[in-house]
This record gives sequence, structure tokens and C-alpha cells, in this order.
Amino acid sequence: MARTLLERNLAGVQEEMLVMADMVEGAIQRSITALKNRDVELARQLIADDARINRKRYDTEERCIELIATQQPLAGDLRTIVAVLHMNVDLERMGDHAEGIAKIVVMLADEPPLKPYVDLPRMADIASEMLRDAIEAFKRRDADLARSAMNRDDEVDALYDQVYRELLTYMLNDPRTIERATRLLWVAHNLERIADRVTNVCERVAYLVTGKMEELNVSKY
Amino acid sequence: MAMMTDFQFKPPATVLDERAEPARDITCPVSEAEAWEEGMVIRNLSAWYGSFQAIRDVNLLVGPKRVTAVIGPSGCGKSTLIRCLNRMHEVAPKARVAGQVYLRTEDIYGRGVDPVLVRRRVGMVFQKPNPFPTMSVFDNVAAGLRLNSLFSRRSHLADIVEQGLRRAALWDEVKDKLNRPATELSGGQQQRLCIARALAIEPEVILMDEPCSALDPVATLKIEDLMRDLSASYAIVIVTHNMQQAARVADCTAVMMMAEDRAGEMVEFGATSDVFTNPRDKRTEDYITGRFG
Repeated sequence: MARTLLERNLAGVQEEMLVMADMVEGAIQRSITALKNRDVELARQLIADDARINRKRYDTEERCIELIATQQPLAGDLRTIVAVLHMNVDLERMGDHAEGIAKIVVMLADEPPLKPYVDLPRMADIASEMLRDAIEAFKRRDADLARSAMNRDDEVDALYDQVYRELLTYMLNDPRTIERATRLLWVAHNLERIADRVTNVCERVAYLVTGKMEELNVSKY
Repeated sequence: MAMMTDFQFKPPATVLDERAEPARDITCPVSEAEAWEEGMVIRNLSAWYGSFQAIRDVNLLVGPKRVTAVIGPSGCGKSTLIRCLNRMHEVAPKARVAGQVYLRTEDIYGRGVDPVLVRRRVGMVFQKPNPFPTMSVFDNVAAGLRLNSLFSRRSHLADIVEQGLRRAALWDEVKDKLNRPATELSGGQQQRLCIARALAIEPEVILMDEPCSALDPVATLKIEDLMRDLSASYAIVIVTHNMQQAARVADCTAVMMMAEDRAGEMVEFGATSDVFTNPRDKRTEDYITGRFG
């Protein structure tokens, strides 16, 4: 088959993106583990590791641009590279949100815990599952799986609302909880944004498969 | 301190340039009605060289004021197709055609139709620039006009020649050497001269069979710019091996493939952006991504 160089390089950038997705999923889980266990050391490690995710994004981006310039990809090849370019950005931003959670863990280190964490880990779990399904959809070129993955974003949004109301109640009842509650609200916000970024990834996968740009799921929130 | 009201927006020079035309929003698909009234409609067109069938049952719409590219691998019948659109195919020995080619509702293969008149209405530019070697720049452009007596007096002829050369974006380069031999021009200039020659007799459609394959990259880009400009007034059909060129210049792209019996068939036709980003036919995808063969 002709164009072995293009094939090899295309496979390469996709592989790099899958590695990055793996790093990001790990970062999400570690951030919540650090929060639950009040593990400042883990949080600091996570903050340092975010630089690797950022570097990978730029490396992959450079390779994609080089591919476009030197191989003039068309049709499915072009859609793949464009999808990888966009998904790369979304993954890197998810990494930033996980880093944001880790920074809050460090800020909360000297404060007593406000409450047991139930909804926040649940949000993280759903976001991670969404990301895994989105990446699986990308690997299998499965638009239906991408669509079903992004439908779970409403669950994350609902949990965010719940967390918001609960933390608001804490703040209204006791002003001494305001700082901790606000920081936890930011954790929830970061997790909600991670899920939103995953929906972008799902839309890109659907575009890659169908060739049509479409907003797959209009959120109820 | 400068106030907001002090700032004067200055549009970029290209907007002020009188020669610059506003961007045209012409895209495929072309409707059959539009192609019928103002362009060309090709129906079930087949062509043979003796017993060898070169193309089979081709259906195509050539829209007015558009560039339509025909792409496909070597030997798939692209040049045969384009030569059927101005009755050049029948010049080849033992060549024949079946099906219909309508030019503004008239079947050019209809009974009593003069092929010479068809070729005046459907002009052609060939792969290798072919100015008449013994003629000057001026006489090359004027040749068709003189042959068909399409002018009333010499000054009228001069005006038409100048107009043709201007439309071919060549006037400024040759206005001081109109009486010099056409063969003294560069390859790219010669090709634009051939375009001017075709334009001078006011065709309705311009066919171009790989017009840039013998030219350097700079000359190629000038011809491509010219094609885009000319498509504001003419229907242009271009055959090209260069897929990037088709992607750059064409509004619509038709893809031909060779069947097992080596007859060429049309496998896809649509907006260029669709054909090159999301083709419907796997053969198109394989060809344009280089997995073909």
C-alpha cells in the first residue's frame, strides 16, 4: 500500500494522543484521591506532572502541523489530524483542571475537612468513565459510543448543582466555612469543566466518523 | 491622550483596489435546472476509440460561473470526456460517441449541428501551450476573430485583442511586444496567450486539459488565479492530475475511475470541499488519500 510514511505518522500522532488521554485520566483520579486523603505530597506531584501533559500537547501539535505541511492529507486522514489537534487541546485543559484541584488540596491542607466527600468523587468517577468511553469511541471510530458517552454530562451537571446548593447551605449557616466551601466549589467547577471538555472530545469523534460537524447534546443545564 | 474617536480605521489596501472583486460565494452543488439553462448537461455519455470503450454512461452537470474539476487516475477517460464536450473526440480515427451533451439546452451532437460552431462556443486550452508558431502575439489572439469574421474594422479588432489579453491577465506583459513572435514568450505567458485566444471569440464554456502540467509553480499559480477570475463570467471545466490544484481552484469536482474493462466511469460528483474532506465513495477516498493502487 502506498503512503506508508503518512500511515506511520498518522498512527504515531494518534498513539501520542492516547498516551496523553491516559495521563489525563490518571491525573483526574489522583486529584480526587489527594483531596479525599488530604495528601499534599500527591497533590504537589500532580502539579509538577502537569508540565509533562502540556509538553505532550505541544509535541503532538507540532507533529500534526508537520504532517499537514508535508503530506497534504485529505478526506479521512485530514479529519483524523484535525480531530487529534482539537482533542489534544481539550485533554490538556482537562489536565489543567486536575492540576487546579491539586492546588486546592494544598490550600486546604491546614483546614479541618468540611464534610465527607461523596458527590465530588462521584463527579470525578463519571468524568473519568466518560473520558474512557470517548477514547474507546475514538479508537473504534464509533460515533454511537461517542454520543452515549457525552449524554452522561447531564449527570455531572446535576451533581454540580447538588454540591453547589449543599455548600451554599454551609456558608449561609456558618460564615467560618466560607473559605473552605468556596474552595470546594472550585473543585466541583473543575470537575464539571472536565466533563464539558469530554463532550467536546465526543463531538470531535463523531465528526471524524461522519464528516459532519454537529452539536450532539444540548445540555439541560 | 488619544480618544476613541481619534482612531481612524483604515481598510486594507486590497479593499480599496478597484481591480479587486468581492469574494464570490459560489459553491456546488449545481442544480440541473441551472446547468440546463446556462451550462452543460451530460447524459449517459459513452465514447469509443474503435472497439475500445473509453468512457461509459457518464452523467455530469457543468454549472455556469463555476470551475468544475475532473480528476482520476491515468487512463480513466478524463481527457476523452472533456474532448467530447466540444466535439474534439470525433477528430480521432474511428472515434464515436453515444449519449447527449447539452449546451444551454441544445444537444451538440444533434442532427445538423456544426462541430466548428460548437468549438467556438466551447473553447479549449491544451496541456502544452500551443500558440501558432509563425504568428505574432497580436495575430494569435486575432486568429479566431479573422477566421470567423467577428470584427467590423481594424480598430475594433485591436480592441477585442486587447480585451482578450487583459482578461487573460497578459496585457501588461505583452502590450509593448504585440508584434513579436508568440514563441518568444515564456511557457506561462504562452498558456495565457492561448487562453486569450480562446476568450477572444467569446465562448460560453472553457475547457482546460491539464493546463498547468507543463508550467513552473509560479506560472501555475498565475493560471489558477486567472481561472478563478474567469469563472466569474464563464463555465470552466478543468482536467487535472494535481489534486491539490483541483482543491484550490474548483467549486465542483467530478471523480472518474477505470472499471475492470478499462472503461472510465464517473464515481462521484459534488462540492470540492465535500469531495476532499468527506467523499461518499470509497474509491474516491482511496484515490485522494493515495491508497489507490
